[in-house]
Amino acid sequence: MKEFKYVVQDELGLHARPAGLLVKEAAKFKSAITLDSGAKKADAKRIMAVMSMGVKQGVEVTVSIDGEDEDAAFEAIEAFFKANL
Amino acid sequence: METRQGKSVFAGVAIGKLFIYKKAAQVVEKRAIEDPQEEIARYMAAKEKAAGQLALLKEKTLRDVGEAEAEIFEAHQMLLEDLDFVEGITGMIEQDKVNAEYAVFVTGEQCAAIFLSMDDDYMRGRAADINDISSRLIAILSGTQVSAEAMPEPVIILAEDLAPSETVQFEKDKILALVTQKGSANSHTAILARMMNIPCLVTADIDLDVSLNGKMGVVDGFTGQIHIEPDEVTLAVMQEKKKREEERKLLLQSMKGLPTETKSGKRVHLYANIGSEEDVDSVLENDSEGIGLFRSEFLYLGRDDYPTEEEQFTVYKNVISKMNGKKVIIRTLDIGADKQADYFNIPREENPAMGFRAIRICLERTDVFKTQLRAIFRASAYGTASIMFPMIISVDEVKKIKGIVEEVKAELTREDIPFGDVELGIMIETPAAVMIADLLAAEVDFFSIGTNDLTQYTLAIDRQNQSLDNIYDPHHEAVLRMIQRTIECAHEHGAWCGICGELGADMELTRRFLQMGIDELSVSPVFTLELRKKIRDAE
Repeated sequence: MKEFKYVVQDELGLHARPAGLLVKEAAKFKSAITLDSGAKKADAKRIMAVMSMGVKQGVEVTVSIDGEDEDAAFEAIEAFFKANL
Repeated sequence: METRQGKSVFAGVAIGKLFIYKKAAQVVEKRAIEDPQEEIARYMAAKEKAAGQLALLKEKTLRDVGEAEAEIFEAHQMLLEDLDFVEGITGMIEQDKVNAEYAVFVTGEQCAAIFLSMDDDYMRGRAADINDISSRLIAILSGTQVSAEAMPEPVIILAEDLAPSETVQFEKDKILALVTQKGSANSHTAILARMMNIPCLVTADIDLDVSLNGKMGVVDGFTGQIHIEPDEVTLAVMQEKKKREEERKLLLQSMKGLPTETKSGKRVHLYANIGSEEDVDSVLENDSEGIGLFRSEFLYLGRDDYPTEEEQFTVYKNVISKMNGKKVIIRTLDIGADKQADYFNIPREENPAMGFRAIRICLERTDVFKTQLRAIFRASAYGTASIMFPMIISVDEVKKIKGIVEEVKAELTREDIPFGDVELGIMIETPAAVMIADLLAAEVDFFSIGTNDLTQYTLAIDRQNQSLDNIYDPHHEAVLRMIQRTIECAHEHGAWCGICGELGADMELTRRFLQMGIDELSVSPVFTLELRKKIRDAE
């Protein structure tokens, strides 16, 4: 299993648009991808769950990736966070 | 006459007949079913059909309204396919042996409730998206289509709230204004109204009484009022207001495509300030003649490592290509002071506005500087690029910069990478630069005056300090003389001179700048047409 932490910079937080893009990105991988904001957890492949975490700017999210393609998924998801959030 | 108050989210005046829009009441029946698999198949077919409808709506919105709004329907498509939603529905059909309509209704309510309970206006607004999808699915399953009733003539629409799919279903030329009881400035309805340029009121205390249908109404998007059955005086006043607004709009629209020149034929380049790639659409829409200030900081902020040459190249290339040959002036990294990025590891300073910032960082950390210059030069092959450097105080700095630029060009030539002819300029934003503007002008192709910093340094007033707002005077004669001297020195040495600070859009000063001989004004794209008119009206 691989893991990284990221503090959300986007002023709107993890709102509908990036949540949608994240789910699309996560769906490309077989690995289980989980977001944890401390208060709530969500499967990164489920948009309602991701949005209803209500992650705001400044919140640290721990992303865990577990599965056969976790190396590639780690790289792609981390890059996604940096570029979009 | 009755007058009701709402909150205006888009100005303008609309006069016309009222139309009460009510959703066809969806009565969802609960029925026991025999074969859950058959029922799930029915739901899956409806889901597919809904996805098709959403794809069409997305296309229509993309065509009629814009990309950002079309994304609403892309989000709907994703919500429709969301596993929690899908599994909730199929699970309920299987376990409770209920009809698909009822399973969709209950699951939709549950999902919407999660969003409604959140302590964030934006997220609470998303409950409406889920309701919209549920209604769509139920309408397909039960064979009752969601659709706006045909409207014979353009009307003012009154509704409780409008789902985005409802808003775009109306024929665009049949809507004069939108007035809703619910909604917010961030609701989709508000966003769509702004894109469609029609007056829109939200949270209005209107009654949705069908007897109002067909009665006259006036929506005043300036005051947020709606007058129902207006009296003659009100109607006359509002007609006049509407006429004036339309004339103003037309006048500004008529400025599109016209040259920016005074009555005596003096040409001024009217450029735009932008801070990201997305701003280019607004630049083109407002007919700016180029980009006079492309702030590159956004590439560096909000991340934890330096942007690569490739990343920067892509952004510069996209902007330059979209501008299709028109000039794009990119300002190199202006970080420090009020714009900080942790990974630069800039030591804490007593006075960051006068500290390690902008070109001072670039000349110290030449690897960071060169990466940016390489990216800009590479992108310059795709159109017309210029570069300007911020916070200059000496000729020595300019000579060092030119040395580094030559190194970058030599490297690219060696690597056989093409680049265009790039003008080099500097920002004039320190009193030091103004005092030696004659010496600096001999070194560069152009000046661009950054009036915000120049004012702050000239008056020795911190512009973040609100308690000094009463003496912070951007029209201070000292600042205006600084500008005058800068323009004169530029012209004596064959350089051109523009203004890219906020003062450039200050129309009280436009005539004065023209008299000083300004060559270029770079302003926020929304001011372009108004400023062009101001210049064309000047002698």
